[in-house]
Amino acid sequence: MPGKLKVKIVAGRHLPVMDRASDLTDAFVEVKFGNTTFKTDVCPKSLNPQWNSEWFKFEVDDEDLQDEPLQITVLDHDTYSANDAIGKVYIDIDPLLYSEAATVISGWFPIYDTIHGIRGEINVVVKVDLFNDLNRFRQSSCGVKFFCTTSIPKCYRAVVIHGFVEELVVNEDPEYQWIDRIRTPRASNEARQRLISLMSGELQRKIGLKVLEMRGNAVVGYLQCFDLEGESGLVVRAIGTACTLDKLSNTAFLPACNSPSKEMKEIPFNEDPNPNTHSSGPSTPLKNQTYSFSPSKSYSRQSSSSDTDLSLTPKTGMGSGSAGKEGGPFKALLRQQTQTALEHREFPFFTLTAFPPGFLVHVGGVVSARSVKLLDRIHNPDEPETRDAWWAEIRQEIKSHAKALGCHAVVGYSESTSICEEVCILSASGTAAVLNPRFLQDGTMEGCLEQRLSWQPGFFSIGSEKGEVDFFPQNQDSSSLLGIEETSPPGCGFCHIPYDELNMPFPAHLTYCYNCRKQKVPDVLFTTIDLPAEAMVIGKGCLIQARLCRLKKKAQAEANATSISNLLPFMEYEVHTQLMNKLKLKGMNALFGLRIQITVGENMLMGLASATGVYLTALPMPGGIQIAGKTPNDGTYEQHISHMQKKINDTIAKNKELYEINPPEIPEEIIGSPFPEPRQRSRLLRSQSESSDEVMELDLSHGKKDAFVLEIDDTDAMEDVHSLLTDVPPPPGFYSCNTEIMPGINNWTSDIQMFTSVRVSRLSNINLTNQTLNKNFNDLCENLLKSLYFKLRSMIPCCLCHVNFTVALPEDEIIQVTVTAVAITFDKNQALQTSKVPAEKTLQRASTDNEEQLQFPLELCSDPLVSQPFSPAKEVLENASSHTGIPAAQGAASLDKASPLAEGHLRHRSIPSYTNSTVSVVKMTPLSFIPGAKITKYLGIINMFFIRETTSLREEGGVSGFLHAFIAEVFAMVRAHVAALGGNAVVSYIMKQCVFMENPNKNQAQCLINVSGDAVIVVRESELEMVPGQPSAAVSQSANAGGDVTT
Amino acid sequence: MTNDLDIFVGNTTLIDEEVYQLWLDGYSVSDAVTLRLRSGILEQTGATVDVLQSDTMDHYRTFHMLERLLHTPSKLIHQLHFQIPPSRQAMLIERYYAFDETFVREVLGKKLSKGTKKDLDDVSAKTGITLKSCRRQFDNFKRVFKVVEEMRGSLVENIQQHFLLSDRLARDYAAIVFFANSRFETGKKKLQFLTFEDFAFCAEQMIQNWTLGAVDSNVDDMDVDLDKEFLQELKELKVLIADKDLLDLHKSLVCTSLRGKISVYNEMEANFKNLSRALVNMASKLTHTKDVRDFFIDLVEKFIEPCKSDKWNLNDVRLFLTQYTTSARSLDAFRHQALWDRYMGTIKSCLLKMYHD
Repeated sequence: MPGKLKVKIVAGRHLPVMDRASDLTDAFVEVKFGNTTFKTDVCPKSLNPQWNSEWFKFEVDDEDLQDEPLQITVLDHDTYSANDAIGKVYIDIDPLLYSEAATVISGWFPIYDTIHGIRGEINVVVKVDLFNDLNRFRQSSCGVKFFCTTSIPKCYRAVVIHGFVEELVVNEDPEYQWIDRIRTPRASNEARQRLISLMSGELQRKIGLKVLEMRGNAVVGYLQCFDLEGESGLVVRAIGTACTLDKLSNTAFLPACNSPSKEMKEIPFNEDPNPNTHSSGPSTPLKNQTYSFSPSKSYSRQSSSSDTDLSLTPKTGMGSGSAGKEGGPFKALLRQQTQTALEHREFPFFTLTAFPPGFLVHVGGVVSARSVKLLDRIHNPDEPETRDAWWAEIRQEIKSHAKALGCHAVVGYSESTSICEEVCILSASGTAAVLNPRFLQDGTMEGCLEQRLSWQPGFFSIGSEKGEVDFFPQNQDSSSLLGIEETSPPGCGFCHIPYDELNMPFPAHLTYCYNCRKQKVPDVLFTTIDLPAEAMVIGKGCLIQARLCRLKKKAQAEANATSISNLLPFMEYEVHTQLMNKLKLKGMNALFGLRIQITVGENMLMGLASATGVYLTALPMPGGIQIAGKTPNDGTYEQHISHMQKKINDTIAKNKELYEINPPEIPEEIIGSPFPEPRQRSRLLRSQSESSDEVMELDLSHGKKDAFVLEIDDTDAMEDVHSLLTDVPPPPGFYSCNTEIMPGINNWTSDIQMFTSVRVSRLSNINLTNQTLNKNFNDLCENLLKSLYFKLRSMIPCCLCHVNFTVALPEDEIIQVTVTAVAITFDKNQALQTSKVPAEKTLQRASTDNEEQLQFPLELCSDPLVSQPFSPAKEVLENASSHTGIPAAQGAASLDKASPLAEGHLRHRSIPSYTNSTVSVVKMTPLSFIPGAKITKYLGIINMFFIRETTSLREEGGVSGFLHAFIAEVFAMVRAHVAALGGNAVVSYIMKQCVFMENPNKNQAQCLINVSGDAVIVVRESELEMVPGQPSAAVSQSANAGGDVTT
Repeated sequence: MTNDLDIFVGNTTLIDEEVYQLWLDGYSVSDAVTLRLRSGILEQTGATVDVLQSDTMDHYRTFHMLERLLHTPSKLIHQLHFQIPPSRQAMLIERYYAFDETFVREVLGKKLSKGTKKDLDDVSAKTGITLKSCRRQFDNFKRVFKVVEEMRGSLVENIQQHFLLSDRLARDYAAIVFFANSRFETGKKKLQFLTFEDFAFCAEQMIQNWTLGAVDSNVDDMDVDLDKEFLQELKELKVLIADKDLLDLHKSLVCTSLRGKISVYNEMEANFKNLSRALVNMASKLTHTKDVRDFFIDLVEKFIEPCKSDKWNLNDVRLFLTQYTTSARSLDAFRHQALWDRYMGTIKSCLLKMYHD
């Protein structure tokens, strides 16, 4: 009996009227945990009841504490008939189970009903007393911390990164049980919500146990998903990265706050662009884009026969053999080390997308695998082996792909499914990589610490003294001191190919790294991870999407699975081609955060790939796109082709300007610097800027392959070229990316707005061909983006970060696209300034290299606009301005533009009372940080699942009204839970599922939403630094008052 | 391809003030889109009509959901459903309760009943304000009226507290509630030259001086109803016109002190008795509800119009009223000085406010 859960019900407010006669409600509350239930007294005739209950105490196993949610039901007492439920609150008490997180949950929670939505609020206090557990065979894993964040959380240090953990649990879906025919929709929804809550608790506990076994204490990059398999059941599965984390004493001096973006800013052209000069010796690696696709053909139960494929050994041999040859002894050594570190792991996978510096040595490229399965009808909840086996198979394949690329690990790993009827596509993807073994060893903490220390100074000196010749000797010293530890220059090392040049797993054009000139790099690089902090980038990045539809015949069972399997390779190929073309069109050479989603529907397959394109200085400048016609003799055709070619060239030029891609002209004096082969290098550089005939004389270049040739041999291809050109760039002042941060922008303000947008489009009246489908889908996505830009126009200059698209095909001819992202305003002027102060930059760079985490630069926070309870100063001002003009139109304009400060003086008398608003502000973001603020504490994971149903769809404003209200409710409930934990922000927020079904004829609709994130406490950097109460803050605040679209 | 569903939900509720105003003004989505188009927003942003349509729909849905909360502003402040910065909440409330000058002139002093609400389509046709907007404004008046009607304490403060309005708007609502309660006639043709601001000013004067609250600050309805006792006492003022000697003496005192100062001396002298009778008679009749309702008509007909026809300017009126009031104090036979000041103080400020074209 190792835990005591204590619950107190304080009060309710804004309850709905349950008794029409009196217009009042006689409310009481049931508090249930496990099988124990307590009740409060009835608070008669009040919409704002005060219960002030005693402490209800539950004595429970910690296993139950982890699995079960606390269930609070508010009811209306009825003397004569059954009591009516008003609504429920589920509280996940997991955050109370580990010592460093929250200690109490206390606050107002929306009372939620699956049919009516939010109906009033209830104030609850929850505490847990945990007793020490001496049982060695325990089933609970209390104390293991979970983080959705896919990088090492800000106030922690990774001592050891153990690796991949996964688990899945299955159950029958209550919606498909026989009892569902006789129970109310409400009862059925609640059964489902409760079951999923239980299952995710159980899953988390089991994962926790695995982590403890690995001697870790935390799971980072925890991703939990539901597969609603319909009749065959409900699967809840999760993956994550087990780590041993060490809490940084968070007071004091963390020079910490460094903007992630800061460090990857463009290299100062007027200086020597290579910190790498010193990288001297021994590194080798390199490698590139690798897009290896391989839908496994297996389907249904015959899997074992069809897809035994890949025996992994030969390829592995190739990988490491090459290393020895090319890279010299060091590389081999490194490889060995890594290998041993990873060897004992079944799957050397990491769900992280950003890493401590030095962790990522080389990146091979994207690896992905898909498999089509038939869901089995009979299902034994106690034996999830089938599903386990399916995933094991896919992971095995991923592993072998990584080996083929000469990599031992996969980073940025994720898994997903798409289900339609009884067919299920399982997908996994990640980025093959070579990792630094240092972090992977189960050494003692001290050992690790030492290693880290010995290695960091090297980075430090490189960073801070880069480009200054005088320091070279020193650098060399330090690197030699570090010995083999120092593998490659930070700015470009990860681009160097890890596989053998002579024995490449796929055709690629290799050149010497444009940065260090030492190792080979590919011409393009695709990855699923975030842009490494140390990466050197020119210009800004942009969101690149490939969109594709393929019609498929309706079929049953195995025939269906077969036809899907057959289509998959073509889709992957096309998606890849589109991405490549669009990347070239943007004049960029690398993709980060690549996520390819293949969705299966009744009669079509859809592919949507999103990634962030950037120009890496280490990689060669991308060639253009050349169009080749098939009938060169036809005059008009020729003309047409050349016209197209001109358009494409214009677009590329325009994009280069737009994204500020202007690769450096390296000044003459550097030629004398200690490059090993200066001659060769200077030539090479010239070739970049001059015409292509010079390319011939360069031994390094890949000659005529310079340009990417698009052959237009039929109308399809023509369409493709057209569609390439239809993507409109975002309007001025907007940038977008699907990674955490945008290269080239480093001066975020704290003005952020997280949002979710959903569109459902019906393809009726459309002649269904691949072309029309493609066009429609493309338009749908483009229009959605345009709409976002329009809505967020008041935030300009602004960047949409972490743009996450998901596509679903809920029914025939219906496409649903859901986007979640965060818009962050940045300060244009500051950008210009910083780029002119290289010294400052160097400094920042150094400190970030030193400090593992991506955080925000101190200087940015000079801009306050504090969130917390919105500052009263600001209110007063706005109020004041709002009475100056009653008729609104002009008022509106002046409110936004005019200085509220001036108006503020006009009228000092102001509105009473709402300064004491009880609602605290909670910011939400899909990013792992809040701009301009520092995370001081992680309070626990938020993982919530809601169902909403209506039988009066029209009355609720149709499908749009219904879903709009529901999503707003979900946000509200997440905020309330975070606030009750004592937090003021959610980071790494993600809407994992949004399943929407409607039946307009019956006036019904249902929606399921699953969201998760990390509840945190953030403190503004300005508050951290300054003593409170400075008048200057009030002033600058007022200046911001107009544009308050804060989140 | 049609979009069945198209929504945008921000963690902080996105509010476009321009669209909010269009919504408040009662425009349908398509009208609002047309109006936005005309504002040239597409040229500025490079968006398309579809985008505008979808954006407008989104905002309208949001406002529709917020409307329920706006009916009880304190709920808007404390609710968890929509995260809105306080400054924006204040804006939403203030704008929602704002009203059109032309509209309020139509219903000021009318009973806030179902009957009046039914006639709103006429008001809408007459004023050019959409029926929807008329209804919102009318419902706002009625809601505020219902809440504060029976409450003790200052009317303005009660309104401010319950509806979280700005000081100025709360004062305007106090006037509307006061007028609706006493049903002052304001709609007659003769009164058309008066603005809402004039009436609001008069209401404030009357609330401050003529209600129960002016003497006792701790009674129910203190600011809404006129002080009955005071109205009863006003009959005592009749002596000023009933007693011929007193009237003559009053006249001579006024004339003496105004000679050479007022530009319309002769007219004033000739009209003194009429004007004095008018003002005193009005006072003595205020016990009748009917005469209370006609209060403003009486002021205009019996005082303002005669003066205007004699071309008095505002300064003349001010001099006359000041002198007229103070002179009565030096009449030894007149013993109701306090009552006189309470009455004339308000009458004087009202008349001066109303004396314009």
